[in-house]
Amino acid sequence: MFKLFKTQTLFFRTLAALTIAGTFALSAIAEPYPERPVSLVVSYSPGGATDFQARIVTMLSSKENYLGQPMVILNKPGAGGKIGWDHYASKAKKDGYELSAYNVPHFIAQSIVFKTKYNINNLEPIANWGADPAVLVVGKDSPFNTLQDLMDFAKKNPKKVTFSGAGLYVGHHIAFLQFSKESGLNMTYVPHKGGTPAMKSVMGGQVMAGFNNLSDAFRNQDNIKILAVADLQRNKEFLPDVPTFKEQGVNVDDSSVNFRGIMARKGTPADVIDHLAARVPMMFEDKKTRKQMKSAGSPVRIISRDEVITMWKEREDYLRILLAELKK
Amino acid sequence: MLDFLQYMPEVFTLWNFTILVLGTVGGLILGATPGLSPTMAVALLIPFTFHMQPTTGLILLGAAYTSTVAGGAVSAILLSIPGAPANIATTLDGNPLAKKGKATAALHYCFISSFIGGVIGVFILIFFTPTLSKWALGFGPSHLFWVAILGVTVIGSLGSGSVIKGLFSGFVGLWISTIGYDPVLGVERFNYTEHLAGGINIIAALVGLFAIPQVLSMVTPQTLPNGITKFAMESQSVVTSMMETIKRWKALIIGSVIGVVVGLIPGAGGQIAGLVAYDQTRKMSPNKEDFGKGEPAGVIAAESANNGMVGPSLVPLLTLSVPGSPTAAVLLGGLLIHGLFPGPSLFTDHAPVVWTFIDSLLVGQLLMCLFGIMISRYSRFVMDIPEFYMAAAITVLAVFGTYSVQNSFSDVFVMMTLGVTMFFASKIGFSPSPVVLGIILGPIAETNFLQGQLIGSVGEGTFNYFFSGTLNIVLIAIVVSSIIYSAYSELSTKKKS
Repeated sequence: MFKLFKTQTLFFRTLAALTIAGTFALSAIAEPYPERPVSLVVSYSPGGATDFQARIVTMLSSKENYLGQPMVILNKPGAGGKIGWDHYASKAKKDGYELSAYNVPHFIAQSIVFKTKYNINNLEPIANWGADPAVLVVGKDSPFNTLQDLMDFAKKNPKKVTFSGAGLYVGHHIAFLQFSKESGLNMTYVPHKGGTPAMKSVMGGQVMAGFNNLSDAFRNQDNIKILAVADLQRNKEFLPDVPTFKEQGVNVDDSSVNFRGIMARKGTPADVIDHLAARVPMMFEDKKTRKQMKSAGSPVRIISRDEVITMWKEREDYLRILLAELKK
Repeated sequence: MLDFLQYMPEVFTLWNFTILVLGTVGGLILGATPGLSPTMAVALLIPFTFHMQPTTGLILLGAAYTSTVAGGAVSAILLSIPGAPANIATTLDGNPLAKKGKATAALHYCFISSFIGGVIGVFILIFFTPTLSKWALGFGPSHLFWVAILGVTVIGSLGSGSVIKGLFSGFVGLWISTIGYDPVLGVERFNYTEHLAGGINIIAALVGLFAIPQVLSMVTPQTLPNGITKFAMESQSVVTSMMETIKRWKALIIGSVIGVVVGLIPGAGGQIAGLVAYDQTRKMSPNKEDFGKGEPAGVIAAESANNGMVGPSLVPLLTLSVPGSPTAAVLLGGLLIHGLFPGPSLFTDHAPVVWTFIDSLLVGQLLMCLFGIMISRYSRFVMDIPEFYMAAAITVLAVFGTYSVQNSFSDVFVMMTLGVTMFFASKIGFSPSPVVLGIILGPIAETNFLQGQLIGSVGEGTFNYFFSGTLNIVLIAIVVSSIIYSAYSELSTKKKS
């Protein structure tokens, strides 16, 4: 027994050594990257949702089977993310050591509306880690108990229904635009300086309704009612009982879902991008990461690079049409 | 309601208490560094709490919040450079006191009144959270607009002797705050260069306007009487300082009450608590003329207010996940990371964590006061450093602090430009406080006015929205009486002289 055990150990040791040697050999030939820490630009302030999610999903980066090097978060907040992304798309190095977090649809919408230095053509997605759909919320004491109640009232009282959301051309705003377009209702959008103040206005009754993040709405259920989810399916993990807009007969799809992920600058060497596109999703998938994301109330949706490329394109095409109508 | 006593021993476990002490001492030092505001300190510490127990992590963040607010007063008093926007009012009388040789006394007043204000604030958090969080939620755009206007009425009388110069500086501050993207309508304003695209960061402005003129005047040869460039430091016993503080109970009460109220209002920004408290204390004081020349009551009011704000700013945060101050907003991230979702259930589901955290704030106030008083004994060494070394050190800290806020060199350029301009402006009698107040109040007034206008115009009408309702009328009454009182006292002092 003892001998067997010993042989086994020896066998496994040899195997392990061979594997490690093999990996080293492989990586030595094809991929020395990354040999030092990689920075990740986050265009929002520390403590915000994008920031702390980025910190959670990159915390295991230094594990050997992921990147083998830590990812360092660099916050460059301002003008709804525009400052950080402008800086990233114009100044960051294209060697794979400077990556950035993205928020769709924010950066795509901004690149359509404003003169920005970034657009989907000069950036390369690596992988997506999370998706936070917009949800329609009303205050606890609101007379509206269903989406239909709200739409009936809005129909009789054009413009009277006020909506809060986290600013202009962010997911909440897109959801509002889509909702009013598809329902044909005339309502008023009141931009706030972020999701938290927008939620506060709903809870305090300063506005009649609001679009906000599913994750934040989930946490505040004691003080609000959630009437609809702006996504293709219900969120089974957090809000299994809240129906989507589509289920309630309004054609609002997932265009406003706040997708978060990691991207690089165009011109980063293809092998570096391939390496990242292979390893980063594995890091997101790690049980420890998932557990921490769940306990922080952040919905995870891991999407591979190829699918994100398609998603970016679809979003851009749709947003161009939606925002062009807005300007008319 | 007395749960807080039950969890008190938790604060004193070896590890928790060590973290609390480290957080407090570190916070005092960080707070005294220009550019490292409480908001920054808490934000920087959040990643460290990842690997800690939730309770320990929160104790660290709470200790940093408490002590950086007080620490900011050290540089405000000794160097006339507020460590954070909350400490601006402290410079007004704290620094003149130090120049009279009473720096030790000023620091004692500051820490003792911070402690008293802070403890009152935490008790409000412990006993009145459910009642007050509902009240705080009632503050809408129209009310916040009037609160900001109340702040504007303070501008004219701050710092500089002349009301006209004060108003002009305030106007410049309000204008500076409009640079960048307008958050409600998404319009770019005054973006002449790339450096201004993100607007002017408040910390960059604060450091530039206060620190750089100090540095420049340190390196310019000065012709002071008798060639004295340094002020003496008389020692004063802690007991005397305590008596002196308690003697000025009126300033303590005004400061604490205003700190508590402003802290509770989400979106008002705790930074104005100190300034409003300072202004009200001066208005109610029989010897108004002494303010600005080193009146202890000025320091006491400002510091009890800015620490009184800490506890109440957590009231709406913990029950409604609505932060009462910018620092509380960052703290929200710290809670979420540990899966602590603010809400009424937080106090039942996670009672041990929350109550231990609140208790640590209480103990932290005491530690802050003790360590603060210890530090004030050694602050004479700071004053003994030759001026040119001091100038170099402040410059390094100013550049580093400003850069680290958003990792942006644009902020450093803005800071330097504002600083050099302020240096020349100060030669002709302008002071930086009204400018910074303008920069703080501008966005609050503007955003809330635009939001209120949007909501009002589709509802009861813009005029009605801003001028009806009990809360609006009460706030308007306070604004009007503040203006009338200022005008009246201005006229009566003129008659006297």
